[in-house]
Amino acid sequence: MLSRRTLMLAPAAGLIAVPAKAVTAALRVAFVYVSPVGDAGWTFQHELGRRALDAAMGAAVRTSFVENVEEGADAERVIRKLAADGNDLIFTTSFGYMNPTLKVAGSFPGKKFEHATGYKRSVNLATYSARFYEGRYAAGVLAGRMSKSGIFGYVAAFPIPEVLQGINAFTLGARSVNPKATTKVVWTSSWFDPGKERAAADTLIAGGADVVTHHTDSTAVAQAAEEKGVFSIAYNSDQSKYGPKTCLSAITHDWSAYYIRRVKAVLDGSWKSIDTWGGVKEGMTKLAPFNAAVPEAVRKEVAGVMAAIGAGTRKPFAGPLADQDGKIKVPAGQAMADKDIAEMKWFVDGVQGKI
Amino acid sequence: MDEVMIVALLVATLRAAAPLILAGLGELVCERAGVLNLGVEGMMLVGAMVGFAATLTSGSVWLGLLAAMLAGAAMAGVFAVLTIGLAANQVASGLALTIFGVGFSALFGAPYQSHPIPGLATVVFPHLSAAAPLVQQLLLIDPLVWLALAAPFLAGRFLDRTRAGLILRAVGESAEVAHALGYKVMRIRALATVFGGAMAGLGGAYLSLAYTPMWTENMVSGRGWIALALVVFSTWKPLLLALGAVLFGFVTIAGFQAEAWGIPLAPNLLATLPYLATILVLVLISRDTLRLKLNAPAALGKPFHPAG
Repeated sequence: MLSRRTLMLAPAAGLIAVPAKAVTAALRVAFVYVSPVGDAGWTFQHELGRRALDAAMGAAVRTSFVENVEEGADAERVIRKLAADGNDLIFTTSFGYMNPTLKVAGSFPGKKFEHATGYKRSVNLATYSARFYEGRYAAGVLAGRMSKSGIFGYVAAFPIPEVLQGINAFTLGARSVNPKATTKVVWTSSWFDPGKERAAADTLIAGGADVVTHHTDSTAVAQAAEEKGVFSIAYNSDQSKYGPKTCLSAITHDWSAYYIRRVKAVLDGSWKSIDTWGGVKEGMTKLAPFNAAVPEAVRKEVAGVMAAIGAGTRKPFAGPLADQDGKIKVPAGQAMADKDIAEMKWFVDGVQGKI
Repeated sequence: MDEVMIVALLVATLRAAAPLILAGLGELVCERAGVLNLGVEGMMLVGAMVGFAATLTSGSVWLGLLAAMLAGAAMAGVFAVLTIGLAANQVASGLALTIFGVGFSALFGAPYQSHPIPGLATVVFPHLSAAAPLVQQLLLIDPLVWLALAAPFLAGRFLDRTRAGLILRAVGESAEVAHALGYKVMRIRALATVFGGAMAGLGGAYLSLAYTPMWTENMVSGRGWIALALVVFSTWKPLLLALGAVLFGFVTIAGFQAEAWGIPLAPNLLATLPYLATILVLVLISRDTLRLKLNAPAALGKPFHPAG
């Protein structure tokens, strides 16, 4: 079911697909979003990708989206409807759409599907995600250089591998410039609850953290930091509006190039069901512009770290890596395999918190 | 744990409890008059959105608060027309009000997303610059928190110690008897409902203007439902409601603090603590069924239409 809001907005914005008579040649591409588009956050970044796709491909494609689609049974109905309505390529942009997408892909062998952050593929269903942790590592270096106390606050939603990768990479990045750095983690058990995120950030700041970051969807953490006069590093989108003096940067994801590449692949017949896990190198993980408070030397250093990660000469999860109890998880001279990163279930030494 | 942390915990607890107290008290008064309005979440969302929009346009937080109260009251007015005027089912109408509020605030709030505003300023006490820094920090509370702390006493006094409060309770206990005595049942119920809406709007505006000064869709995140639960939890007593809200806020914030201090507790357990505490108290209260029966307004949720 479309959300009420979508139902109200869709006719106004002309989003309800009209039968394609005049533009039969255009490839029809649909996007399914888990939350409203808004103007910052996870869904907004995918929407930027869709807009870039529109701009780049012109009349060759016709795109549409359905926002605020709850994960679960309703998602299947939306995806099925999009496929039945004549869309040729459907991107489903949230983890919880995995099984519904797989099911619908099975019923529409002639259509192509792509699911973000999942791991189930079929002949006409590809998967894609970004290595957010690469940006987190560089953000850790930035935090390590800007902090006086060496204590960082991390407002996190749920202890799943994607979030744990970020916390670990951030801590490792910070420890690469300040070996005594510690990251305090507070769980909100919700992707989106500005009040809770705010309270969690306030608590961490009161506990001595002078750089806070988050893996949740609102802008409350950047705002709390601005009010309390400590630094923040945002996630998903540039949040400098909420922390003009204190939001140092943001770890963002950019899907534009990926969406354009995949649509071109469909058009020229080279599309295959593959798994893409892009990072800094592919331009899928980026840092937002630095705050004026970041000195030139630090900007250069962080940009250098990003470049080294992109070039593959620096790996965030390179050994020796010890867990919280000091047990060696990755020996010196080795880097963690992608499979182990994808299934990460432990904290590195330097994280204060429990999974 | 040092004094600074204790004070921080206290202030954070009060801030987390304030919206629950404000919205909960409005609902409590409304229920005491015999009207069950499940639309608190929707009214809070509309209050949050309208309050934010009015503040952004006018530049005055106070006008924003006023607008939020009017918006909440208007939502409750619609509910009153349906349930009191047309004797529609209160549960269904209340749920509809929440669903309407969620959609309405999202649709008309869209242009106001990502406009940061300076939040409600804290009350500045002159002559206190010499006081201990701890006291100063404790006093760094915004005016709405002070209001939320005073309101339960005022509401309790109104309900238990004034003639108007007595009439309102009579309407909630037995509309027929109140009607027979010559009180205008429908008007009194409508007024109580509108008051509840204004308080819910104020509670919502606290979130968008003071707690996290911003507007984002669905930012109330279920606090309206918790306010509703607190009314039952309190057995319809204002002071107990405030206590319940503070307890709820405390358990939430203390969970974060425990994590920040590195006390090894599983995050999932911490996340459930506020709800566990609520269930525990509810169980303790309902052990005494007589007390629950004595306190619940007897005509709660029952539509009334004056005969003849």
